[in-house]
Amino acid sequence: MNLLSTLPSTLAQAGFPAPMEPATLYHYLVVSALMFCIGLIGFLTRRNLIIMFLCTELMFQAAGIALIAFSRFHLNHTGETFVIFVLTIAAAEAAMALALVVLLFRRKETLDASSWMQMKG
Amino acid sequence: MIDLFAHLPLLLAQHEAASHTGAGHGGVAAASAVAPTILPAHGSLPDWAGYVPLLPLLACVLCALCAIFRVRSKLPAFITVAMLAAGFVLAFLTYQNTTSSGTGQYAVVHLWDWINFRWYTPGEGHKSIVHAVIANFSFYVDPLTCLWMLFVTGLATLIALYASEYMSHDLGAGYCRFFVAFNLFVFSMACLVMGDNLLLLFLGWEGVGLCSYLLIGYFYQKPSAVAAGKKAFIMNRIGDLGLSMGIMLTYVCFGTVEYANLFQSQDFKAYLEAAQHGHFDYEHIPFLVQLIPVLFTVGAFGKSAQFPLYVWLPDAMEGPTPVSALIHAATMVTAGVYLVARFFPLYLVGGNPFACAADCWLFSWATHISALDIVAWGGAITALLAATIGMAQFDIKRIMAYSTVSQLGYMFCGLGVMGATGGVSHVFTHAFFKALLFLACGAVMHGFAGQLDLRKLSGVGFMKGWGIVAITMLVGCINLAGLPFITAGFWSKDEILGDAFANPHTRAIGVILLLTAGLTAYYTFRVFFRVFVGPKHYEPGDEVHAIQNPGGHAGADVAHAHHDDHGHDHAHAPGSESRGTHDSHDFHPHPPGIAINLVLVILAIASFAAIPLVSSYFHSPTWAAKLVLTSTAGVSPSAHEHQHEPFLGFSDAHAAMKVISGIVAILGITIAFFLHYLGRTTAATSRADALLPMLGPIPKWAQHKWYVDEFYDAVIVKPLRVLSHIFHLIDKLLVDGVVNLFGLLPRIAGSLVRRQQTGVLHDYAVRMAAGVTLVILVVILFKGGVV
Repeated sequence: MNLLSTLPSTLAQAGFPAPMEPATLYHYLVVSALMFCIGLIGFLTRRNLIIMFLCTELMFQAAGIALIAFSRFHLNHTGETFVIFVLTIAAAEAAMALALVVLLFRRKETLDASSWMQMKG
Repeated sequence: MIDLFAHLPLLLAQHEAASHTGAGHGGVAAASAVAPTILPAHGSLPDWAGYVPLLPLLACVLCALCAIFRVRSKLPAFITVAMLAAGFVLAFLTYQNTTSSGTGQYAVVHLWDWINFRWYTPGEGHKSIVHAVIANFSFYVDPLTCLWMLFVTGLATLIALYASEYMSHDLGAGYCRFFVAFNLFVFSMACLVMGDNLLLLFLGWEGVGLCSYLLIGYFYQKPSAVAAGKKAFIMNRIGDLGLSMGIMLTYVCFGTVEYANLFQSQDFKAYLEAAQHGHFDYEHIPFLVQLIPVLFTVGAFGKSAQFPLYVWLPDAMEGPTPVSALIHAATMVTAGVYLVARFFPLYLVGGNPFACAADCWLFSWATHISALDIVAWGGAITALLAATIGMAQFDIKRIMAYSTVSQLGYMFCGLGVMGATGGVSHVFTHAFFKALLFLACGAVMHGFAGQLDLRKLSGVGFMKGWGIVAITMLVGCINLAGLPFITAGFWSKDEILGDAFANPHTRAIGVILLLTAGLTAYYTFRVFFRVFVGPKHYEPGDEVHAIQNPGGHAGADVAHAHHDDHGHDHAHAPGSESRGTHDSHDFHPHPPGIAINLVLVILAIASFAAIPLVSSYFHSPTWAAKLVLTSTAGVSPSAHEHQHEPFLGFSDAHAAMKVISGIVAILGITIAFFLHYLGRTTAATSRADALLPMLGPIPKWAQHKWYVDEFYDAVIVKPLRVLSHIFHLIDKLLVDGVVNLFGLLPRIAGSLVRRQQTGVLHDYAVRMAAGVTLVILVVILFKGGVV
């Protein structure tokens, strides 16, 4: 137990893992970009409306992370405030979008996005 | 302040006009001092003289109200007759007032302001030059106006009475429409004749043209009537172009369009004096001034159906007969004669309008043609041409139409050979006897279901109830033929012939007119001998057939059977050829009623009553001559007096013509008697038929009106049509092409872009992503970094 509780510090003293450098803006932005790309790829590759919708949410949150990161490193709260609003709107929008998806499903008994291509919207 | 001064001259002018008219209540004021020129002096008239045109206008409005309230009685006719009769009484009182003093006077009766433009341009020093176009709704009343208004209102009253019976098959909307147009016509004609300025004259000129169009096309369901209306309207536009250019030129040359100012202007007096001394070079009388009468002639020839614009008048006979009688025989077509007579002094200064053509070899022949020569030769050609056509026609109304054209040619000849008296006298007498002839023909047409072919009617005068028509027709015929001494037509025609022969330069015209007189006597009595006397025989016209199909309400008097009280069934009539009176169970001629007979008798009496007015046997100068000589038409062409040279052994040309034209007329009647009365057993044949082959193709050519219509069609209508097709193609291909090209560009762009719109959600997303990527790349590449 003692051994177990002292393991991190022991490992640290042995230099393993390497001591963490403080997270920089760069790290956050990479995460944000990765999340955005995952969302985008998901959106482009999947045909299920709900999955596509979730992918858009992912891209949304990626943008939110980037905003918070900038806000944090610029030492003001503008971005954070903004993200709170965005989240609120996103919640409302999610409710709307899911309701629409339900309606679309009722019409054609399928969630395939390509089944609505006649609309040419 | 400036405004006040701007209106000051106007206010003064109005005040002056008011005081003039106000002073005239005690009849015509004493004649002012005799003017240095021979132009009439200024007099004044009571205000009510201006109401002569307003009465028909009022009647027009009342008839329109009748149409609105769907009156189905003869009320519009009674309104019209009452108003026009009142107009005639007023015109007569005006005439008495105007001529009571015996000297040449005119009066301007101001009704209201109409066109009044004034503008100022800076002149020398502090003065500014005043320019004005003033054309008031006011009337220029002189003896010439009175003469015209007397027969216009008088004949209009009588013909309205005739029409009240003649048009009665059409009671209701058609009846109201007829009388509205009829009254509008009289109003327009009054504006034309009485207007004190050229613009009011032009208003009336166009107004009578419009009413003529409306009334020719009265049977608007009949294609030939519609075509005839359009033809008349379009032919008249050609003449009107000339008149309107003449009016503009008058304003340019004299700065006014008011007769009083025009004839009293210093410029005009100077030109007239130069003309009376024979100075027609452009130094004394400018080219533009000399051109005005030529342009007026174009207008007069269009309205009065003279060569080459005469072809519309015979076709105008598609209209109801009262219209033919009033508009296309007695009044409207004499508007051209009025124009020439009214502007006779202007014609005198137009002695050499084409002198400038001397430089051009192509037109050098025109160098010595004066404006009056054009009038005289145009009239002479028309008179002869129309008479030859009239000889070969079979439709009695058309024959009368051609005789109208021919007689109008006579009137223009009279004016053109400087005998305004003869021309105007002939207008006056012709109005009565030609209206009479038309109305008698109309009575026949009315009674025989639209039959107008003289080969299918014979002995009408001997049928029961047709005696009055035949006798009055005979009166009209002897007037038109110019039976010596006992007819008014003889005296007025003789005046023209005498004037033509009195001047050695115009004897060729006199010979043409004399020949025409003989032809006129022949074709007039050809109608009379074939239709009104001879064996009794008739075939009803087409309009009996028309009754069979109720949809085809096409013909002129289509449905006089609607009100036919004989109770006969007309439906059997069609098909059977050569029906005699013995076989008349299915068709009865319909003798004219009291209104038609009354009007015919009054007109017959009037055409005799006109003899003392135009005959030099009773007074010399005659009543008509006095009226003409004391008006603007009375200006003497040269400083010296009319010369009476011995002519062919007689004391002068007039005396000679009394004998010669009388002999010619009797000769024509005698030939007609031999060819068309003696030995005729049926309606369709006569002795003349045996003569026709001897003349070769000439009668056929004449019957086809010398192919003038076909010539116009080939030379003017067809090329214009081809040209219009070419322009249509240019419009279609070039103009529309350019416009469509600009419409096509967005369409092409759209068709390219439209493919992108697949409807697949992922395509849009990919493109959006690609777009964003592109933007980012651009930013990175050109701005050098993201941040």
